[in-house]
Amino acid sequence: MSKGFNWYHFSSPQTFYPLAGKMIPWFWALAALFGIAGLIVGFLIAPTDAQQGEGYRIIFLHVPASWMSMFIYLVMAFWAALGLAFNFRLSAMMAQALAPTGALFAFLSLWTGALWGKPMWGAWWVWDARLTSELILLFLYVGFIALQASIDDPRRADKAGAILALVGVVNVPIIYFSVKWWNTLHQGSTVNIAKSSMAKVMLVGMLLCALACWMYAIAVALMRVRKIVLERERHTEWVKAELAQEK
Amino acid sequence: MLNAVFSLIARDLRLGMRRQADIASVLFFFIIVVSLFPLGIGPEPDQLRRLAPGILWVAALLATMLSLPRLFADDHRDGTLEQLALSPQPLGLIVLGKVAAHWLVSGLPLTLLAPVLGLQFDLSSEALQALTLSLLIGTPALSGIGAIGAALTLGVRGGGVLLSLLILPLYIPVLIFGAGAVEATVTGVGAQAHLSLLGALTLAGVFFAPWPTAAALRIALE
Repeated sequence: MSKGFNWYHFSSPQTFYPLAGKMIPWFWALAALFGIAGLIVGFLIAPTDAQQGEGYRIIFLHVPASWMSMFIYLVMAFWAALGLAFNFRLSAMMAQALAPTGALFAFLSLWTGALWGKPMWGAWWVWDARLTSELILLFLYVGFIALQASIDDPRRADKAGAILALVGVVNVPIIYFSVKWWNTLHQGSTVNIAKSSMAKVMLVGMLLCALACWMYAIAVALMRVRKIVLERERHTEWVKAELAQEK
Repeated sequence: MLNAVFSLIARDLRLGMRRQADIASVLFFFIIVVSLFPLGIGPEPDQLRRLAPGILWVAALLATMLSLPRLFADDHRDGTLEQLALSPQPLGLIVLGKVAAHWLVSGLPLTLLAPVLGLQFDLSSEALQALTLSLLIGTPALSGIGAIGAALTLGVRGGGVLLSLLILPLYIPVLIFGAGAVEATVTGVGAQAHLSLLGALTLAGVFFAPWPTAAALRIALE
């Protein structure tokens, strides 16, 4: 390592565990900071939308949740591929730890979308291309989690999950474009969100909230990966020592 | 190398013929599911004609789903799969042979049966042609993509339900273009574009799916 920093050092669960423990409070603090700033901008500074009134303010959660749900799937597939290619135990654990958070964001995005859709479009659900592909993304997350949960041998679960995540990531653009095309053919049910040029302050609020969601996702994933490390390495000496210390 | 594939297909077909009940039950599942829809939504011909492409395609998806768990399970149980994995032929090619055999005993009969069921829905002859053609082009993709799920869930508890969770989302593009081809024919747009895209999906699916399937099989055999 020319930079004098050995990444491989932290790819072992034993060294990563305390490092993650030290990082978690920082990411929580950043999440809180960005979250508060985003909410202040979103609720107090951003003006009322001319067309949609106060109801539009749900985008400060809705759009970040949608972004994160897609981004986390990519990150998950990246870790899964790394684990499959180089047999890093830790990266497979990262993929496993990210999946529930990604599924949560996909669900949140659908839920807030429904809450937004009811006053704006007059319907909880429309078969819009974006909604439909978000729903399919949630299905992909659920499949990944279900597959990992039903294989008892963790090594096999990691590898099988990694293959599924990679197949999924290749399919996501195909699914997205087919749904989009399907949707444009059925013009009757299409509802386009009026994308008026968004005021700059709204964009700032949205970006702050997205950063908050991002930091939250990292913090939660690190907490989850620590638990996974403890569970999988529970027979090793260092985990026993660690647990004895915590008692 | 191709000889090995062909002899594998012949072997799987012979095994399939000796277990005709398995093939027949999948076909009857298809028939029953399709026949349930008019009972559920009412017998108005106009409505049925509009819903027919979707219903037939979804039923074909589910019927394929039903036959997939057996794709590798029997060979896995009696050790044949390990022997196949040890053979000098690439495992991906062997998977391709098994996918072809699976299509011949599930996708092809479904395709042949579909126009008859389409008559129940009062489809025009052009629509029936488009339906048969779209199933003929699209069902190999179902077998190919399904093989990935079958390999991933091999020997896993609750495999059948899990398989549908994993694979049905990946089937969505095939469903959209397959059913869309019939609908485009009915509305007079022409099915050409849909069928071309469906063909592309099938080629890509059948070409690429054996790799992840082979990787998943090796994991299952570890």
